[in-house]
Amino acid sequence: MSAPSSSSLSIRDLHASIGDKPILKGLTLDIPKGEVHAIMGKNGAGKSTLAKIMAGHPDYTVTSGDVLLDGESILGIEPDVRARLGLFLAFQYPMEIPGVTIANFIRAALQARLPEGEELEATDYYAKLYSKMDALSVPRNFTSRSVNEGFSGGEKKRCEILQMAMLEPSYAVLDETDSGLDIDALKIVSAGVNALRGPNIGMLVITHYQRLLDYIVPDKVHVMSEGRIIHSGDKDLALKLEAEGYDWVEKEYSAGKSAV
Amino acid sequence: MSISTSFPAEIATSSTLNHWPEWFRKDQQEAWEIFQSLRQPKRTDEPWRFANLKAIDLSDFHAAVPVQDAASLITRSSAHTSLAAKLIFANEVLIHNDQAGLPAGVLLLPLEEAAKNHEELFRKSFMTSEVRLGSKKFAALHRAHLRSGAFVYVPQGVVIEKPIEIWHWVEGENTTIFPHTLIVLGEGASATVIDHFVSSREERSLAIAVNDLTLGTNAKLHYVGVQDWSDKATAFHINTTEVEKQAVSTALQMNLGGAYIRGESDSHLLGEESRSVMLSINPASGTREIDQRTFQDHFAPRATSDLLYHNALADSSRTIFAGLIKVEEAAHETDAYQKVRNLMLSDEAEANSMPGLEILADNVRCTHGATSGELNEDELFYMMARGIPPKQAAQLIVRGFFGTVLERLENEDLQAHLGEILDRKLNLNV
Ligand SMILES: Nc1ncnc2c1ncn2[C@@H]1O[C@H](COP(=O)(O)OP(=O)(O)OP(=O)(O)O)[C@@H](O)[C@H]1O
Ligand SMILES: [Mg+2]
Repeated sequence: MSAPSSSSLSIRDLHASIGDKPILKGLTLDIPKGEVHAIMGKNGAGKSTLAKIMAGHPDYTVTSGDVLLDGESILGIEPDVRARLGLFLAFQYPMEIPGVTIANFIRAALQARLPEGEELEATDYYAKLYSKMDALSVPRNFTSRSVNEGFSGGEKKRCEILQMAMLEPSYAVLDETDSGLDIDALKIVSAGVNALRGPNIGMLVITHYQRLLDYIVPDKVHVMSEGRIIHSGDKDLALKLEAEGYDWVEKEYSAGKSAV
Repeated sequence: MSISTSFPAEIATSSTLNHWPEWFRKDQQEAWEIFQSLRQPKRTDEPWRFANLKAIDLSDFHAAVPVQDAASLITRSSAHTSLAAKLIFANEVLIHNDQAGLPAGVLLLPLEEAAKNHEELFRKSFMTSEVRLGSKKFAALHRAHLRSGAFVYVPQGVVIEKPIEIWHWVEGENTTIFPHTLIVLGEGASATVIDHFVSSREERSLAIAVNDLTLGTNAKLHYVGVQDWSDKATAFHINTTEVEKQAVSTALQMNLGGAYIRGESDSHLLGEESRSVMLSINPASGTREIDQRTFQDHFAPRATSDLLYHNALADSSRTIFAGLIKVEEAAHETDAYQKVRNLMLSDEAEANSMPGLEILADNVRCTHGATSGELNEDELFYMMARGIPPKQAAQLIVRGFFGTVLERLENEDLQAHLGEILDRKLNLNV
């Protein structure tokens, strides 16, 4: 196994379970800064589990392997600390938080990144918030609405990307950010994601639809099945998966395994 | 010595009582006799189920003497920046009276002056309904010892845009005060009144507070009680609300302080299509006990009552809620809602909820319910995944939990103002 780059989000032979049920079974993936990788795979393959384990969800137990952020292991580190280290997860199912406005929520997240005793400057904050909202076509009155409460599916996803734009992570995992979006919203959100692309961020985009990858063109596409990456390729792999489904990859993979 | 032996002498001697008219002083004597004739509540009394009866042993408390430094309390009485009027009472003495922003015709007076100069109005609305949620004895004590209070009368058609703020300070170890706010809105009148209940020092004290809210046809009232007594205080907050045809009362009690708080809130929906919104925000921590009893009594058709109480319980705090919705025979097409939510932040905390319903009319819609839950782990994780430390995340969730009650106020300025008060005060051990 090659040594992980010190400028990457690196998952090394990760095994993880929920209760007694193993879900990740030796997953290895390296996302260098500056690149966008996509993961595709059937329902239940473990894609969201991978995302949540990276973010530090307490329900999952990592049994072996490691997750390295810029060369440092983040396993055993609290979720909020991971986030402040630069990791961002756009949730497949964002939570509703009654009574907490979007403006206060994002402000608390930014405030948590400042040194003790330093206060976030309110005018600058709102100026930045409004400009990002405008770019993502999120109506400005959303600032005073409770986080995700009563939002449509698409609004929730846009709000996730708004948070990402405000928090400027160095690594972002986007879990099915495209599902629930209409065509126009898909373009807007993709443009928002593309605007954040650059040498200082590595992204992992989880999706079921090749269509998203027309807008957010990935450097690499990986296929996940039963808790492992079973195939990797360039962006054209997504087209092939779209046309032919997953069976051939799985067959190739088991053939390869039995050949070993 | 006990309150029952030390207080009566003062009725006769207290010079402050001379401000009251003779008929009221007779009234007070009668109230004193009622207080003495009624026994202390017992655990087997339905309105005192689960109650901590030790907390209402009033033996060590005594009457108030004037505060030492009124000027500093006036300085400390600052909350809302844009007011129609402000009254400040300290140990039952009016120490500040600013009503420059009141529209013509509005009466904002010390109660004793209202009793003297507006006797009919006063008699019609001063503690006219029976106290029926358990504290009859303590309400009698209040009546017997009342020295002052605020009288708010808004005549027909007059709308006061800005809030009226009333401060009730208590000072002195084991001091007792009897705050009173009496609000009468004429037909179509509208007002916002905020009562602040505060201790000048971290002392043990007793307050037996009463408010009477009377809304004429089509009137609109926002009433807020910001209870922020010292953490050693015992307090009774006894409310009666009477709502006439198409009038809307929105009353919020925020219990931010106190060791033992007994709240009683009794809404009478007297007129057709009247509406009473009953709200309460209760951050409980330490060993605080908040015991609340409510009554939504529907007398007229097509009226609405909507109760929402949110309790967040940290440490070994305790809350009790007992609420009754009663739909009287004539009250067809009643809409009545009652919802209590307990957010349990500690295993040692205890929440008791006793919702109740009694329906004597047809075609009514009533829902009531109490829920208890802990902090939602997925919400916490979501916030932590944004970099918010768990303690702050929990605080935000609790703040949001209370924020959903504030959202019921149909006044954004008031919402924001009370939100700031909550932000300053909310420091629960979560
Ligand atoms: N809390 C849980 N308890 C039990 N099983 C779980 C739990 N969370 C996930 N699983 C199981 O783990 C497997 C992987 O789930 P995961 O959500 O990671 O799949 P996914 O690849 O994201 O699927 P989808 O494409 O449908 O979003 C599934 O079989 C799921 O039922
Ligand atoms: Mg998933």
